[in-house]
Amino acid sequence: MTGTSPIPVIDLGGLLLISVRGELEDDEAVVLQTDVTDAVARTGSRGLIIDISALDVVDSFLARVLAEVALASRLLAARTVLVGMRPAVAITLVELGLALEGMTTARTVVDAAAGFGVTLTAADAAEQGSP
Amino acid sequence: MTRATEEPLRLPIRRDTDLTVVRQHVRSAAQRLGFGLVQQTKVVTAASELARNTLLHGGGGEAEIRVLHGESGPGLSVSFVDSGPGIPDVGMALTDGYSTAGGLGMGLSGSKRLVQDFAIDSSAEQGTRVTITAWSDPFAARRGVR
Amino acid sequence: MSDGPPDHPTRPGSRVVIGLLRRRREQIAQRWADLPLFLAVFTVTRDEAVEACHAVVDSLVEVGESGRVDDLEAPGFHPIREQLVSMTASRGRSGLSIGQVDREVGALRDAVLELLGAESADLDAEDVAEARVYMVTLLATLRVVVIETMLQENQEIVARQRQQLLEMATPVIKLWDRLVAVPLIGMLDSARSQVVMENLLEAIVEHNATVAILDITGVPTVDSLVAQHLMKTVASARLMGAECVISGIRPAIAQTIVQLGLDLGPVTTRATIADALQWALERDRRGELPAPAARSSAHRTGT
Repeated sequence: MTGTSPIPVIDLGGLLLISVRGELEDDEAVVLQTDVTDAVARTGSRGLIIDISALDVVDSFLARVLAEVALASRLLAARTVLVGMRPAVAITLVELGLALEGMTTARTVVDAAAGFGVTLTAADAAEQGSP
Repeated sequence: MTRATEEPLRLPIRRDTDLTVVRQHVRSAAQRLGFGLVQQTKVVTAASELARNTLLHGGGGEAEIRVLHGESGPGLSVSFVDSGPGIPDVGMALTDGYSTAGGLGMGLSGSKRLVQDFAIDSSAEQGTRVTITAWSDPFAARRGVR
Repeated sequence: MSDGPPDHPTRPGSRVVIGLLRRRREQIAQRWADLPLFLAVFTVTRDEAVEACHAVVDSLVEVGESGRVDDLEAPGFHPIREQLVSMTASRGRSGLSIGQVDREVGALRDAVLELLGAESADLDAEDVAEARVYMVTLLATLRVVVIETMLQENQEIVARQRQQLLEMATPVIKLWDRLVAVPLIGMLDSARSQVVMENLLEAIVEHNATVAILDITGVPTVDSLVAQHLMKTVASARLMGAECVISGIRPAIAQTIVQLGLDLGPVTTRATIADALQWALERDRRGELPAPAARSSAHRTGT
């Protein structure tokens, strides 16, 4: 399926939240990148939270897409936080030499929001389909 | 002594969506063979990298998945084959940070670190064949334990 | 007269020995059954011991007939390998060292040589000499087979224990809300480091931790390999949204790290777990960002 982003971008009021689902084709990732960057620009958000807790594989291509989203967002004055990476994925990325040092990370969406001074309850997060 | 099963599972790598199919097959094979989650993830990730290389740089090709029975347990061997232009300088391509087509360039050298064996054969005439081998118990395999 | 090397089955010396072992099978077994090696192992009935001796004699005959009296791998030894494993294991459990067991196996020789001596009267002196050498060699090879069996058993025990050590859960402790700690003890090789890292990262998920303390007080030496494993663990935890603190850096370790020029990267270190805990609590109290890479001054585009 190309041409449409299957991943909803949720506006938390100043913050954007996306939850990346399990299987992402390369072209879907590129569409996601475009959509998210557009959304950051359009909403003037100061923060972007990317929840990757559903991903069981992140290879160098997806890592690059995520890094570019963070970069673009930064240029748009928004900080990006990567949330919920799984242990096996983290270990593999480190072994690949892609520790994404420039990227901010957080354990949960609630933590990430707190980093922006926004208090989400677990219920809020659950509503958006995230831990 | 390592025994391989007779016929490998062959998967085409012709379009974007084939990468997902390759990942899924490698994942389920690794799971079936009792690979731990981390080992599974490593071999699937390496397969993803190399399949994409085959697609983007090799003009498309195929993956061959073989089940191995080694002295210290089962393993997987996955080959990525194309009849593309070949890699002009394999040595350089295997160094960290090398990149063409604007990638992060970790494809080959990074994948090598994720698996226990990595073999590459590439020429302009024959194309490229990359074969990775991963064992369910990588440490026993390294110690050569029976 | 026959050709062939001295241990060739058709040589007179060989034929004497093989013949002796065959004809005197029962006698040899009866003598051996009273020796400590068999007596102490087969404690239920003497018949059991005699049976076992028969098996050894038969095995020696087979080895002799194959002409491979010097060969540890001679197929003739295969039928008694299992038996030798359990016999030596039993002697080992009784507290005997490999050397002591070896001496007991050596004691088998005298009984056979005595019997050989008794029969030598009718034989050519040269043939007797050849037979003695042949017999001694054959029994010496048996001794080495037994030693090898014991060594291999030991190796397998060590391998099993190594696996058990690995599997023994590296305890990850929840010290505080969202704070876990793992006290590392012993040498950190690649396999162990991998297990530790996986356990720690799983614990971070389970306890929803944002801080993990890696205490290396119990790690005797830190070389570049250990440092690399630690750094990978720290980097992985960071990717997951948890910050690591390495505690238990003894002065000697600190010196080694400096001298080896090891780069621990931007990681917080403390001398003791207590100090690390204090750091974590203060950070929590100050309400610092749970997202650890906030101090990403290393960002590529610069600030």
